[in-house]
Amino acid sequence: MTTTAIETVPRGGEWLLEAAPQETIFTPERMTEEHRLIQQTAQEFTNEVAGHTEQLETKDWDLTRELLRRAGELGLLATDVPEAYGGLALDKASAAVIAGCLGQCGSFSATYGAHANLAILPIRMFGTDEQKQRYLPSLVTGETVGAYCLSEAGSGSDALGAKARAARQADGSFVLNGEKMWITNGGFADLYIVFAKVDGEHFTAFIVERGFDGVSTGKEEHKMGLHGSSTTPVVLQDVRVPADNLLGEVGKGHKVAFNVLNYGRFKLGASTVGGARGAIGESARYAASRRQFGQPIASFGAVKHKIGGMVARTYALESMVFRTVGLIDGTLEGVDPGDGGAILRALEEYAVESSILKVAGSETLHDVLDENVQIHGGNGFVRDYPAERHYRDSRVNRIFEGTNEINRLLIPGMLVKRAVKGDLALIPAAKKLQDELLAPSGAAAAPDGPLEAAAAAVGMFRKVGLAVIGLAMQTYGQKLSEQQEVLSFAADIVIDTYAADSAVARARAAAASGATGADLQADAAASYVDGAAMRIEATARSAFAAMAEGDELRTRLAGLRRLLKVTPANDVRLRRRLSDAAVERGAYPL
Amino acid sequence: MKTAVCIKQVVTRDWPLRPAESATWVRDDDASFEMNEPDAYALEEALRLKERHGGEVVVCSAGPARISQVIREALARGADRAIHVESDALSAAGADAVAAALAAAMQDESFDLVLTGLQSDDQGFGQTGVVLAERLGLPHATIIMEVDIAADGAGLRVKRELESGWFQWVAMPLPALLTIQSGINQLRYATLRGIMAAKRKEIRTVPLDGVASQGQRILELYVPEKTSATRFIDGSAPEAARELVRLLREEARVL
Repeated sequence: MTTTAIETVPRGGEWLLEAAPQETIFTPERMTEEHRLIQQTAQEFTNEVAGHTEQLETKDWDLTRELLRRAGELGLLATDVPEAYGGLALDKASAAVIAGCLGQCGSFSATYGAHANLAILPIRMFGTDEQKQRYLPSLVTGETVGAYCLSEAGSGSDALGAKARAARQADGSFVLNGEKMWITNGGFADLYIVFAKVDGEHFTAFIVERGFDGVSTGKEEHKMGLHGSSTTPVVLQDVRVPADNLLGEVGKGHKVAFNVLNYGRFKLGASTVGGARGAIGESARYAASRRQFGQPIASFGAVKHKIGGMVARTYALESMVFRTVGLIDGTLEGVDPGDGGAILRALEEYAVESSILKVAGSETLHDVLDENVQIHGGNGFVRDYPAERHYRDSRVNRIFEGTNEINRLLIPGMLVKRAVKGDLALIPAAKKLQDELLAPSGAAAAPDGPLEAAAAAVGMFRKVGLAVIGLAMQTYGQKLSEQQEVLSFAADIVIDTYAADSAVARARAAAASGATGADLQADAAASYVDGAAMRIEATARSAFAAMAEGDELRTRLAGLRRLLKVTPANDVRLRRRLSDAAVERGAYPL
Repeated sequence: MKTAVCIKQVVTRDWPLRPAESATWVRDDDASFEMNEPDAYALEEALRLKERHGGEVVVCSAGPARISQVIREALARGADRAIHVESDALSAAGADAVAAALAAAMQDESFDLVLTGLQSDDQGFGQTGVVLAERLGLPHATIIMEVDIAADGAGLRVKRELESGWFQWVAMPLPALLTIQSGINQLRYATLRGIMAAKRKEIRTVPLDGVASQGQRILELYVPEKTSATRFIDGSAPEAARELVRLLREEARVL
């Protein structure tokens, strides 16, 4: 199954330079019949899991394992694995759709993610044929459960600073020693992907079975949320690991770790869409039934503004997720599913987009769930309603799979690297923009309609992003990576640009097809763009002020004003319409 | 054994219902649709019978192009092939029109057993199955809870649901048509493998022969009006109770 009709696939980051042709942008509306059926199966399974929430929160790992086996039976663990190893080798859109459904059940979603993304994927990508034959079939059925052991007490973001050691033995085997922290599925997994340094310096991945002598797990962590998922230390004490269980090459562990994270981030972004959609349904239904001052609180503007905002942001996030998966699948179209190298290249090509999805997904979900608590009022703060659990469960999304801070540094960092390598024509575009800003401006034709106005605004967001990154490269040169604040500002602008661009492209496609609900999509896109314009302006001002002063700063700010001459939309009206639709539907309405 | 399962596509249960402008059906142009629930149980029963007795399960459905969604779903769950009588005139059609359309497409197939859901979640007349049986010239039994096929395959025993918790076992010959009650088995989900396999299964699309029957039409559809008239009955409890019974019998006419 492939996402259809993506002709020439745009390269990673290209959307920052110019608008992509409509037909290259995959949207939820372009899902195939199979995608929809997969979504239905995944949603039915998610509902089944949700029914077990209370029991799962007692840390009933037998039930967790049973549910994983059930997921295996349905094929939900098989999407990324070739048929030769018991998988189904489906496209990444199928995987994203599944993640989106399971994202509604916090704890089990973490269990599933650690297993399907972090344990299955490294073996599938870097394992030898023998390793794949040995481990993948039972991971795909859920009979064995996997976990991924990268972090340590002293090395989280600085993953390569791990202290775990692997001592080479004369017979080619290794003896591992060390302690890994915060390991999802740690308490009951059968198989661990462990990173340790060979001879104290060569960062390397290993497949470690729980049954190996010297493998033990510590106590369950007392966590803020995700009480139904296992998180423990994993202790390795003189664990003899056969040479056959070396994963990839000695000293190439970083390749395993970072590529897996590229995929993990994309999948995390996809899963947050499900959580956000679910919470919008909860808010809409609660606001419809909760009466104050003699009327449902859904009739109050303050509540509508919240629900409308939740819908608009989720719409933009969902548009980005589908667009990105379309890019990845487009690149992989016609590629032999057994060709792990091609999949790695595709994930690397869109690593910027994956980091964007990780940050935007976790923060959109966080804000949506925060408003969900708020709309539930006192009931949002007590455990009788799921709102407080969602809020706690989602908090870790901003921390794991690379903190949002690390990802914010990566986003512009990787764009600049691609520019320097010649993979992305960012530097000429930034130069051209500088000339354009110095030239006298002509009056631009007024855009035709709110969606076209939004599209024109997105064109300006691109230019602001280029101006900020261009000035940063010019100002700091090789030392740009030390400027974390400016890099984070640039990341925020780039994230908002990708989100706004993806939302507008999707809404325009809906309008062009004359689909019912196209008006509502246009409202969501316009509302998102309206908010993004204000955020981008504020962030760009901070960025320029950090890099320039005096006359130069004033010139930059004048240029910024020229670019962001965006007439504000009537966001009150837009969000009211979005909220009314959500309340009528009792669910996310798009 | 060759089994047909008739499946209808209906608007999803949680869709907010509003009458369409025509006021003869609900507004469904932007609705989401799903498999009629009793039909899902009929399909499940057919798949279980196939697992026990072998043979083939054929999905039969009549309606506009959009119903291919539930046909694919049935194939993904394990049906072998499908017949789709395609016509826009059959969207929101009554039992008479649907049964006529299905019968025309099914009669040459010589099915041993035809299963339908007991009724549809939208119109709920419970007639499509029995009218279809008549048109196909088959004996039928309704509200079936259990299906037991004789070892020699010559006939079957079925358990019918009656009123007040009573059941009835009926022996009948094959071929036959049964309308299946909801909840009689545990529905399976479509596995991802099944979904991918369904892509390669045959859906035979046939046009509607002639025009859709107009034997039965919905003249007007409206939302029930809410009234909140409350009447207090005075007097002692025995007197008030007597008066209440009289009012319920004579005025409200519900007793």
